[in-house]
Amino acid sequence: MKRQNSDFVFNILNTLICIIIVISVIYPVYFVIIASISNPMSVANGNVWLYPKGFTLMGYKEIMKDSRIWAGYRNTLIYAVGGMLISMLFTMPAAYALSRKDFKARGFLMLFFTFTMFFNGGLIPTYLTVKKFHLDNTIWVMLIPFSVNVYNIIISRTFFQNNIPSELLEAAILDGCSNIQFFVKVVLPLSKAILAVISLYYIVGYWNEYFKALMYLREDKLHPLQMVLRDILIRNQAYASGQLGSGASAEGSVQQKADLVKYGVIVVSTLPIIIIYPLIQKYFEKGVMIGSLKG
Amino acid sequence: MYTHYKKFIKHIKDYYQLYILVLPAVIIIFLFNYIPMYGVQIAFREFDPSKGFIGGEFVGLKYFIKFIKSFQFADLIKNTFFLSLYTIVAGFPVPIILALVINQIKNAKVKKVVQTVSYMPHFISVIVLVGMLSIFLSPSSGIIGHLYTALGLKPVNFMGVPKYFRSIYVLSDIWQHSGWNSIIYIAALSAVDPSLYEAAEVDGANRWQKLIMIDIPSLVPTIIILLILNSGNIMNVGFEKVYLMQNSMNLPVSEVISTYVYKIGIMSNQISYSSAIGLFNTLINFVFLVTVNFISKKTSDISLW
Repeated sequence: MKRQNSDFVFNILNTLICIIIVISVIYPVYFVIIASISNPMSVANGNVWLYPKGFTLMGYKEIMKDSRIWAGYRNTLIYAVGGMLISMLFTMPAAYALSRKDFKARGFLMLFFTFTMFFNGGLIPTYLTVKKFHLDNTIWVMLIPFSVNVYNIIISRTFFQNNIPSELLEAAILDGCSNIQFFVKVVLPLSKAILAVISLYYIVGYWNEYFKALMYLREDKLHPLQMVLRDILIRNQAYASGQLGSGASAEGSVQQKADLVKYGVIVVSTLPIIIIYPLIQKYFEKGVMIGSLKG
Repeated sequence: MYTHYKKFIKHIKDYYQLYILVLPAVIIIFLFNYIPMYGVQIAFREFDPSKGFIGGEFVGLKYFIKFIKSFQFADLIKNTFFLSLYTIVAGFPVPIILALVINQIKNAKVKKVVQTVSYMPHFISVIVLVGMLSIFLSPSSGIIGHLYTALGLKPVNFMGVPKYFRSIYVLSDIWQHSGWNSIIYIAALSAVDPSLYEAAEVDGANRWQKLIMIDIPSLVPTIIILLILNSGNIMNVGFEKVYLMQNSMNLPVSEVISTYVYKIGIMSNQISYSSAIGLFNTLINFVFLVTVNFISKKTSDISLW
């Protein structure tokens, strides 16, 4: 009886904590969404809490007109899709070769890759190297130099080790199948799960990337969406054409309207990921699970 | 000698295709990770743009000494170290607690939903996160400002006050990444042998006791590995978020080594000096990692290598 009582209290407490966690995660995101379609003056005065007030699409109209955002979106799509494809092309074959226990160079090559996780030349020598290859201020700097993520190689390698039985390889070799043929025709079709996980990791990484652009892209027309967001959100340049008039109107002051645009761009830039998130989240989790197994 | 040669030929014949598969990645890593490592010697040279990495005159530790003697040295080390320590001390336990809490949910569907929601913020970009922070914390129009006014307090410009910088940084980090970081602990908890719980129940343990006696001990190996990995990053405060959160008012606490290296290296072109500072930082990290790994190996037999 006593045990049931204490478990009952335990349950209530646990449920309460879960509710607090869920609300504290969701509410800020929810607030941004309702604020983006509310009258900016109501938002600034603190009257918008639970649902939108004074419905308006002014912020979104402003965003639609802004060519910077469209160019940024286009560039980010190019970098994310192109970068993901290149990264996969480099990562997966390497991971497979490294997963083969009979591959003599494996130990040395693993050291070659993992050493870079703990030691690196640093920002400035890397910058000079990229410049030396004349990759700075071209789209290639977003696609090539940092396309291989060693952590992703390790996750994929672990997956191959645990999921491709060596009997398969032996049988294939008896049939006269070469290593590359085996990789393309047998390993890849059996590894759809890891292909999904790693390509999603790469896409999200490229989508949210701004550091490389900050370091290496001087021209605005090459800038990805995140750099445009930086101008709008952090440097407070909500309007492409600078200030749009001044003073206050029925919808609020210039700064309040700028805030409306900010809420809007947060939604517009994060929406793709939030929408597909429920569909793909199981793959993200799978990645962590595979990665946590030591191979 | 001859048999060695024959063996080698056979190895190449059997495995050359695996070398082809691994080659592209090796080239990329070599070009953009190992060449910069080689180039790190500009920290010991007078950098000359026309001569590249090795052409400049050798000056030894000149730039390291310059950094240690500079008036920013103490502040940079302090800011970097404390921001990082604060992040670990406050941020490290949260995913563990989160995992324990989520693991206690009995309904599988609810469990899934809570977990999924908890790591959604991980995918928000750092720019959007800092943008959200600055809107929410705005003294005149942000929600926190309104909360203060509603409570009869004077609104504060949080982003501009140095003493709030670290807390904002750490708390938003916890908000964004705890859910994601808890996945690995939840995985470890789901691997616990169910017969342990059954045995505990026979012995009359309640859920709290099971949590203390079974769940927490089963997480210890994972905790130690992650602590080692974190300690190797103790002086590696991420550039991206700090740089975005910086403003002229909070600079006394928000200038960390990585942002400083960026400013003097890329913006004011002091190539050798900034490389020396970067290398100094990398070495501290490396020493931390090796030391903690060594201690852990001796005391608990858990280590990275």
